[in-house]
Amino acid sequence: MTSTPVDGEPAARSSRTGRRVPLSWLGVVPFLAYIGLFLLLPTVLVVVQAFADPDGRPTLDNVRALSESYVLTAFWRSIELSFVTALIGAVLGALLAYLLVSGPADGFVRRVATAAAGVLAQFGGVTLAFAFIVSVGNQGLITLLLQNIGIGASGGWLYQMSGLIVVYLYFQIPLMVLVFLPALDGVKPQWREATESLGGNSWAYWRHVAVPLLTPPFLGAFLLLFANAFAAYATAAALISQGGVIIPLQIRAAITSETVLGRENVANALALGMVVVVAVAMALYSWMQRRSARWLR
Amino acid sequence: MAAVTTELTTAPPKNQGARARSALRFRIGRAVLLVLFALFFAVPLLALIEFSTRSNDLTGPRTLEYWRYIGQDPEIRTALRDSVLLALITSVVALALLLPTMVWVRLRLPKLHRVVEFLCLLPLTIPALVLVVGWAPIYLWIAYFTPAQFDSSPVVLAFAYVILVMPYMYRSLDAGLSSIDVRTLAEAARSLGAGWFTVMARVIMPNMLSAVLNAALLSVALVLGEFTVASLLNYDNLQVVMNNVAQISSGVTVALAAASLMFVFVLLFALSFVGRRRPARVIAEEK
Repeated sequence: MTSTPVDGEPAARSSRTGRRVPLSWLGVVPFLAYIGLFLLLPTVLVVVQAFADPDGRPTLDNVRALSESYVLTAFWRSIELSFVTALIGAVLGALLAYLLVSGPADGFVRRVATAAAGVLAQFGGVTLAFAFIVSVGNQGLITLLLQNIGIGASGGWLYQMSGLIVVYLYFQIPLMVLVFLPALDGVKPQWREATESLGGNSWAYWRHVAVPLLTPPFLGAFLLLFANAFAAYATAAALISQGGVIIPLQIRAAITSETVLGRENVANALALGMVVVVAVAMALYSWMQRRSARWLR
Repeated sequence: MAAVTTELTTAPPKNQGARARSALRFRIGRAVLLVLFALFFAVPLLALIEFSTRSNDLTGPRTLEYWRYIGQDPEIRTALRDSVLLALITSVVALALLLPTMVWVRLRLPKLHRVVEFLCLLPLTIPALVLVVGWAPIYLWIAYFTPAQFDSSPVVLAFAYVILVMPYMYRSLDAGLSSIDVRTLAEAARSLGAGWFTVMARVIMPNMLSAVLNAALLSVALVLGEFTVASLLNYDNLQVVMNNVAQISSGVTVALAAASLMFVFVLLFALSFVGRRRPARVIAEEK
């Protein structure tokens, strides 16, 4: 794991002398060096600086800032937002995935929907925020249409937590479809036939076969969605331009305002708190995935 | 719910009348729900297009002025050029870094497979927002060593973006490598006297072209839509400029958002069809 950035030379050499066993390690040096410099080093920097003051001396002040009430509120709101959007996204996404699977496997609807889900799950940030502002914002399409037919609608809710929930669903549902479709495809029709030949009706099939089998992938996908929402930044940043309603926006505030002396490293502590939450969710997710891989696929 | 089987399986029809009726009911319910989902996803996109072609509000006349302005504004043009350049550099560097490593690990260092996989997928667990906090001091150094004429050019973001696209690229390439017999291909080429570069560029790459293309297009789409890293490190890429322009003229912003979205949509849509065409597993017939 040497992070000496002398990339080109060992790669070139290994390509000629790579046959001898010890030298074959040189083939992965460029990759490891790059990863070390741009992935592991920054991660280590976040952790180290979270426990250091601006002069580099060890301190617990940054971490202590995490227990201040405004930070705790932001953390709580972030968890709430992630939980709600993950739950609604998982349920609606599973429903949509089921609707797609129940159609013809190579049909037009399914192909277009899968392709669209692939795009929309990655879709976020500025563009998504604008799309919602022009649809349901104060001067949005839907808002104006509703006002035209005499319903007093306004777009103020969009710039608060309620707005974030709806906007996040726009990428959470497609992500759920992407993750859950393979699981649904893994449910073999033969299992249903087996249930029927044993005298079980549709209810028995769902109660004893499909739901128990699909629960681990569903919970796994829920955790993935939770982590996804918790880590999302761009959409919220474009929608809410000031303040720190949720943790990602708190981090923005901590990075951009370097006015308060001695608090530069609070961003690192916030980032550390964030990575802990996301890492726990992702670890549970991969555990769930391994569990469900036993039966499905 | 009973109707699912009739479409999922080809179970022998028994009790035909009831089945047909509930199948019909299921079909209608399915169609209604699908339309509702489609509406939720289509309305924001349609609103984007609608507002980019109206001069003031919904009653105003149609205009393409905002769209035209995209090509005229120097700031937007620079950002567009930089973002496209950034997307290309990121794809090429990430491919050049990952593909040889992955092939090498498959052939020579199978022990390292788990480690490489873990490292490549790690950025999925560490949010970009967290990495930005760690990249900030590193980018101070990069800015320090950047030649003056490239000062504040967002192209240096490629260093960070390679990390961000790595998980997606890894998965795509891994699927591609699994679908071909890397060992046999490489050994055959080597025994015919090919060097390792030839093995990579002329034997392995052409055999998994769709996976490579997939990986490259994915990272292009990701880079074109990137906002977090650029905005927090104070570099002006497409998304950042789009956000800034929003403060001045919302019409242009909406047009720009619609344009960039359409571009990415077409790109990824094309991709989903590229992936379907299975590469021929016959090896040397192509040339």
